[in-house]
Amino acid sequence: MTTLARREARRFHLFASPWLIGFVVFTAGPIAAAIVVSFMDWNLLRSPSWVGLANYERMFADAEFWESIENTVQYGVGYVVLGVTFTFGMALLLNQPLRFQGLFRTVMYMPSVVSGLATALLWLNILHPDYGLINKVLATVGIQGPGWLASQEWAIPALVLMAVWGAGNTIVIYLAGLQGIPKTLYEAAEIDGAGWWRRFWSVTVPMMSPVIFFNVVTGFIGALQGYVLILAMTEGGPGNATMVLGLYIYRHAFVYFDMGYAAALSWAMFAVIIAVTAVQFALARRWVHYEFR
Amino acid sequence: MLVGSHGGSHGGSHGRAPARKPPRPLTATQAERVRRAQRAGAYVLLIAGTVVFVLPFLWMITTSLKSDAENLAFPPQWLPDSFHWENFVRGWAGSLDYTTFMLNTVLITALSVLGNLISCVLPAYAFARMRAGAATLMFGALMATMMIPREITLVPKFILFSKLGWVDTYLPLIVPEFFGVALYVFLLRQFFTTIPQELIDAARIDGASELRILWRIMLPLSKPALAAICLFSFVGNWNQYLESVIYIRTTEKFTLPLGLGLFTDQYATQYNQMMAVALIAMMPIVIIFFIAQKTFIRGVTLTGIAGR
Repeated sequence: MTTLARREARRFHLFASPWLIGFVVFTAGPIAAAIVVSFMDWNLLRSPSWVGLANYERMFADAEFWESIENTVQYGVGYVVLGVTFTFGMALLLNQPLRFQGLFRTVMYMPSVVSGLATALLWLNILHPDYGLINKVLATVGIQGPGWLASQEWAIPALVLMAVWGAGNTIVIYLAGLQGIPKTLYEAAEIDGAGWWRRFWSVTVPMMSPVIFFNVVTGFIGALQGYVLILAMTEGGPGNATMVLGLYIYRHAFVYFDMGYAAALSWAMFAVIIAVTAVQFALARRWVHYEFR
Repeated sequence: MLVGSHGGSHGGSHGRAPARKPPRPLTATQAERVRRAQRAGAYVLLIAGTVVFVLPFLWMITTSLKSDAENLAFPPQWLPDSFHWENFVRGWAGSLDYTTFMLNTVLITALSVLGNLISCVLPAYAFARMRAGAATLMFGALMATMMIPREITLVPKFILFSKLGWVDTYLPLIVPEFFGVALYVFLLRQFFTTIPQELIDAARIDGASELRILWRIMLPLSKPALAAICLFSFVGNWNQYLESVIYIRTTEKFTLPLGLGLFTDQYATQYNQMMAVALIAMMPIVIIFFIAQKTFIRGVTLTGIAGR
């Protein structure tokens, strides 16, 4: 290696060092530690003891864990199905040559930016069974609304509604995709006599399928992390109705200080992400169309 | 026309051996009528969608201005009879000191944004413009980091920080922000690679140091990417809840999101004050959003496409 190349390599490491140190100390190190800790019984007060696979065995036999997986899947699937289709529809509308598009886009995008504890409080209010906005609107058309976050059956759907409301960033991603579809494809389809419905299914959907796929995959992963607001809003209740996997990890780590079990649970979350993403990639071969340019 | 932004009259039917007969061309007036109906339909749907998105905010504002009685009136009231601005004062400076919470949040957010900028610009420049044997491997590690859920590192980091005695301090919230965020490093690196190499070579020949090249050439040409990172970092840290709830214990040290969280149990029915405080807390984000909407959108598009 020449002196020059060596000097450049040294400079590279110097410049990369903030991220490199962070990677070792806050990512790679903790990941390795998470593996080790998951084989331990450790509450931080006593010294850790090695328990082998006990935490994982406990997990497979833990009814609450499976309940949390079920809730996570319900929430994730609900969010992906509703969010991905609804925002796609909105993006299609926003892509039309209509007036006030900038204003419409701003309004739809804003909730995803301000989303946090402030909007969580807002939704606690909106979803209130007696005083909330939704049940009030339903009452004006003669429907007795459900108890939403106070009800075992409706708590997850309520959280899905809130998540879809905050999904404006997917609209922006869709819009960018729609604007990237070559106009010539539509022109060619039109010359061949395709109506708008045909153009939608034969041009828009295939051309957008990679973007839809991207939003489905990231949407599900995002839904897994939606537990932070759920923690603030319901703490998993009523009963265990909104106890999603992230929240279950949180409870064991920071309420019971059961570090070993929490670490094992976090690997379960990783496994869920890998499994769901793998399934989606496998299914993608059937419906995602990649344009090789 | 609902799909496809290309307008235009219905063309004739020149077909190469059409299997089916193409639909009979509409007359000009018929086509115009169809187009107008479709446009009206699109507006109706758009306005309906917009109402869904905006109604919660309007509800937030009207609730924050209701009296205590109107707040709990049954059947519920849509609008307050008069505006009760005192809710903002009662909520913000009542039994809890939200000014302190806000100052804490400002401090943490400012330091975190600064830390993110410094610790992402330097590695991004290295990845974009410097060669080293291990560079490809490290770039792979950077990409892998983005796919691993942060929940994996939550427990070990808590063990680390509690052994360091950092619980109930701001250090667990701030220090990691000075050690790079994989997504931002990646975004900046992508942006840096679009800047012509000739500019950098010319500066190197003139004897400019790498830091000087970064400061004088790369950064001024990367303002859009830097702005997007600043905004994402600001919003992310301002709204950050999980780490705060894990590490911060003393009420005086609370951040705004933690302070807002107190409302969920303490004043469960004081919706007017709750909404007033929540409105103030989100105001900085709303203002920044309206000023820099284009930058946000460009950032989301960059991130979205990056993952494709």
